[in-house]
Amino acid sequence: MSILIYAESSSEGKFKKVAFELASYAKKVAESLNTTVTAITVNNTNAAELSKYGVDKVLKVSNDKLKNFTAKAYADIIKQAADKENVKLVLLSSTTDSLYMAPLVAVGLNASFASNVVGLPVSMSPFQVKRTAFSNKAYVISELETEVKVLSLAKNSYGLVENASTLTEEDFAPTLNDGDFSVKVESVEKASGKVTIADAEVVVSGGRGLKGPENWGMLEDLASVLGAATACSKPVSDLGWRPHSEHVGQTGKPVATNLYIAVGISGAIQHIAGISSSKVKVVINSDPEAPFFKVADYGIVGDAFDIVPRLTEKLREFKANS
Amino acid sequence: MKILVCISHVPDTTSKINFTNGDAEFDTNGVQFVINPNDEFGLTRAIWFQEQQGANVTVVNVGGPDTEPTLRKALAIGANEAIRVNAAPKDGFFVATQLAEVIKAGNYDLIIAGKESLDYNGGMVPGMLAAILGYNFVNSCTELKVDGTSATASREIDGGKEIVSTTLPLIIGGQKGLVEEKDLKIPNMRGIMTARTKALTVLEPVNAEVTTKAVKFEKPAAKSAVKLISPDNLDELINLLHNEAKVI
Ligand SMILES: Cc1cc2nc3c(=O)[nH]c(=O)nc-3n(C[C@H](O)[C@H](O)[C@H](O)COP(=O)(O)OP(=O)(O)OC[C@H]3O[C@@H](n4cnc5c(N)ncnc54)[C@H](O)[C@@H]3O)c2cc1C
Repeated sequence: MSILIYAESSSEGKFKKVAFELASYAKKVAESLNTTVTAITVNNTNAAELSKYGVDKVLKVSNDKLKNFTAKAYADIIKQAADKENVKLVLLSSTTDSLYMAPLVAVGLNASFASNVVGLPVSMSPFQVKRTAFSNKAYVISELETEVKVLSLAKNSYGLVENASTLTEEDFAPTLNDGDFSVKVESVEKASGKVTIADAEVVVSGGRGLKGPENWGMLEDLASVLGAATACSKPVSDLGWRPHSEHVGQTGKPVATNLYIAVGISGAIQHIAGISSSKVKVVINSDPEAPFFKVADYGIVGDAFDIVPRLTEKLREFKANS
Repeated sequence: MKILVCISHVPDTTSKINFTNGDAEFDTNGVQFVINPNDEFGLTRAIWFQEQQGANVTVVNVGGPDTEPTLRKALAIGANEAIRVNAAPKDGFFVATQLAEVIKAGNYDLIIAGKESLDYNGGMVPGMLAAILGYNFVNSCTELKVDGTSATASREIDGGKEIVSTTLPLIIGGQKGLVEEKDLKIPNMRGIMTARTKALTVLEPVNAEVTTKAVKFEKPAAKSAVKLISPDNLDELINLLHNEAKVI
């Protein structure tokens, strides 16, 4: 009864950081269950890297038909791997793709499913996990009552823990049928070379306080010095100052980075709900009464147009000297 | 085209979240309930199909009698009829099982749900529904067109979007983008009046397995106060981020 993880790769065939986080987590759970960790990869060319994070065995699927993510096909592969390995616990990460297929995997395995899991199981028997609910305003302890269980781990909730292991690599050729590809990918539009909100360690976010789209240059400069992704509040995307894909918050994208810098954002409850899992929050706002100061770790009361360019310069010097 | 829009009845986004009964239950006292925002985008897109392509739109909710005002609001926005499955929504699989029965009986071509509801954030009902019924499924859907039995959709992916093509019957996990924010409809007086006369059918639930159970709720620990840094001392911020927070 091993644990199965889906170790997700980028379109270039390299592991995403969340794959290593998931492996680290799985290793810890496996230790307390006295079992091993098996990973499954699709079109990944560096499977050996998993040995750094405690994975015992990897099932490698390579198939040109799987170049684009197809939820049904991927869910089918994971089901076949879980059946083959007699797996009772399947762990997924919280990327858009993994969240897409997780419920398909769960139903396929007659399993129960918990998403947004934020830590190690609270109890193994009965099996209970802690997950976020009410858009990060609360946690719920959830009990999973079926024999097979599927969890998706919230990003950055466990971290990377190195743990060298002896990795057995095995090629795995699941059976795929036409039905697996009944939703066909026609095209993919992806900004290349840009840090995405999903992958970023740092996010620099702007609100209505920046007055207009023409003022985003200074945020982009700050982001580029920090290797950060840019984001915005909802009204900024509704006004068309920035693309919808940058809208973060309860009704936009969730952000769970190490560092979130909010510039000219008031900190409305819906905004905070979406970014509160970020570890460290910095706010720059001219209004000392702005609600964001109640949830931030560090704050500067002042004019963004004065502060941001100076901060960028200082960070540039800091980065050059470190 | 027959469309079913799955409506989740959730606390308004400004709600303070509290628990009762030894932190075992969500305290609905003083909480205002609304149509789940992700579902509202889907409902508005469904009404667009009704107006432009002659679709018939049914809304459905799995919940107790207290959710009926939310269904009436969906009728006031323009849905043709409503169904309530009379059961507490115990967990995602339970809800998906109930919805699957409604879909089998009603022969819907297009089922639009929200990619997640803003109460339990499970993100599982549309996917489980697709898996139970064996229907095509597009999650995080930001654009949707239907032509006969073919559909084209955009799906949000990390760092961009993807265009997919598929066929009906189709299940959508919807979100912002399906329609623009400014196109969301606020019910007008006429809509509210006609909604009163539209059919709201109550169905009894089928037996279904409950696979997960909410045992206890917790609120996040109180945060320590913000450290304020003078705008004239930005080096201090860099120092704190580097040495104290260790994030740069
Ligand atoms: C159903 C629903 C869902 C929502 N979902 C989201 C969501 O997902 N995400 C989201 O962000 N919002 C969401 N909102 C909107 C939310 O309620 C707020 O309206 C929004 O977050 C405010 O955006 P803002 O902070 O950019 O603008 P404002 O509230 O206008 O704040 C601008 C801030 O900039 C400051 N400022 C002005 N000039 C300067 C300057 N020169 N230097 C520094 N600071 C300055 C001001 O002091 C002010 O605090 C939602 C609302 C509803 C009703």
